[in-house]
Amino acid sequence: MNVVVCVKQIPDPAVPGELDPDNTLKREGKLILDESDSYGVEMALQLVEAAGGGEVILVSMVPNGEVSGLRTALAMGAARAVLASDPALAGSDALGTAKVLAKSIERAGDVDLVLTATESSDGYTGTVPGQIAATLGWPALTFAKKVETLDGKVKIQRQTETGYDTVEASLPAVVSVTAGVVEPRYPSFKGIMAAKNKPVDAVTIADLGLTADQVGWAGARQEITNVEAAPAREAGEKFEDDGTGFEKVVTYLENLKVL
Amino acid sequence: MSISKVWIHVEAAGAKVTSSTLELITEARKLGATLEGVYAGADAASVAAQAGEYGLSKLFHVDPGDALPGIVAGAAILSLAGEHAPDVVLFSQTYDGRDALSLLSVRLDRPVLTNGLSLAVDGDAVTVGTAIFGGSQLVDTKLTGQAPHLVAIRPKSFTAEPAGGGAAEVVEVGEVDAGRSGEAKVLDRFAEEQTGPKLEEAEIIVSGGRGLGDKDNYKTLVEELAKLLKGAFGASRAIVDSGWVPYALQVGQTGKTVKPKLYIAIGISGATQHLVGMKGSDNIIAINKDAEAPIFSVSDLGIVGDCKKVVPALIDAVRARVG
Repeated sequence: MNVVVCVKQIPDPAVPGELDPDNTLKREGKLILDESDSYGVEMALQLVEAAGGGEVILVSMVPNGEVSGLRTALAMGAARAVLASDPALAGSDALGTAKVLAKSIERAGDVDLVLTATESSDGYTGTVPGQIAATLGWPALTFAKKVETLDGKVKIQRQTETGYDTVEASLPAVVSVTAGVVEPRYPSFKGIMAAKNKPVDAVTIADLGLTADQVGWAGARQEITNVEAAPAREAGEKFEDDGTGFEKVVTYLENLKVL
Repeated sequence: MSISKVWIHVEAAGAKVTSSTLELITEARKLGATLEGVYAGADAASVAAQAGEYGLSKLFHVDPGDALPGIVAGAAILSLAGEHAPDVVLFSQTYDGRDALSLLSVRLDRPVLTNGLSLAVDGDAVTVGTAIFGGSQLVDTKLTGQAPHLVAIRPKSFTAEPAGGGAAEVVEVGEVDAGRSGEAKVLDRFAEEQTGPKLEEAEIIVSGGRGLGDKDNYKTLVEELAKLLKGAFGASRAIVDSGWVPYALQVGQTGKTVKPKLYIAIGISGATQHLVGMKGSDNIIAINKDAEAPIFSVSDLGIVGDCKKVVPALIDAVRARVG
């Protein structure tokens, strides 16, 4: 069984974000693997192992050839990657992203299952998994907290507001996994060394049969009309706990008439 | 040109229209357009009555059977959109809302704007406000392409208020064909026993983060305090990622937005990811051992201390008062 994992390389979320003059997210520093995607990579490795063979293939897109985040996922154990890299991709919205990723998945070869996170940590639109599935014409099983494959089918536990639904579809299909679904492995030293030589198939949008007006700002058909600072919330009182800190909370609750 | 018809993806749980749907209908009334809904689920008559009270005039209804309701709703909108020509279709940023929106976006080849906090119309253009960088900056984005414009709004962005309307007219759609997208079947539904109020509807929320130390402390400190205060319990992304609690409990950018009267953050440092989901709360109490934690920049009362010491004492004191 061959499993594609869509992964995003993002600026370190621990560093305060900034916008470029064209209002896209500044991405000039080192990019890292979006932590949300590490769960999909781990899940794919486990599913391929359980199936007794096959490959985990990464699919990703960037405007600038960046691969550092991909190397992390390759070091975890993915076999190879397809990287759509083209300056025309800057400013791509969710639909443009899905078009590029769907074409990249087709380029990856025979694929049984595509795994994604539920949303990226930076853009967080939250529709790309479903849009990839609809572009490929495959079923989308979203918000999985458990994934199994057997006999050409995929079965998931889908997160709901009150519990979960068991949802099943035949392969090929797209599944988005919630964080915490598995414990992502740390790359071993051997894995890190091996990742340096794993194949990354870098392709332009033309290689994928797409044109510049379908992706990037042109394809997004939207414009940012205003950016402003949100009204700040004022900080209140702060006390060092000396063993009686809970009493301050109790008093606050009493004043609120909660107690 | 102007916006003359707005469609709303209607969702319900247990024959009750969701609060986020009612928020959307309420806000859409301001646009002065015809408001119609599309609903994939059971109890259409009851749903039409509730949605009508808030201003919906017509409800297109489709039975999803055992298919995913969001996919069926998306396919229904697709089959109807040509004839009925809605200018805007509004969705809640929910599990099913995103399924419907994603399918529709591809099949109609329309961009989407999601995570909306505000909605404005100027002529036939639609502008949606969103928050970035943990809610420190607000961005307005205008859809410049052709209608129908597809927009998802985060729950709790608007306040639902009934308009005193009669039941919406129910129009049965019949079967819709979602192609292979419709192949995913719901085999079984499992509802966890729900004690206390829902996270989005609670007036009091107690949330926990990595500072709790381990999963057991979530139960004994966060859940216990929430129960005593008759509130709901939530979580930061860090402990959802660690698998301590399910994704449904996550408060923040990639989770839920909440605006309770009181939010108590226990062992949560306050990454921007979390702040965007809770800083609209009326009152915020934070308990964290790091005095420099960003959570204290939004809290009304901050206790700098070990939550594993402060919270047990707090629980005892609260229990002594509520009995």
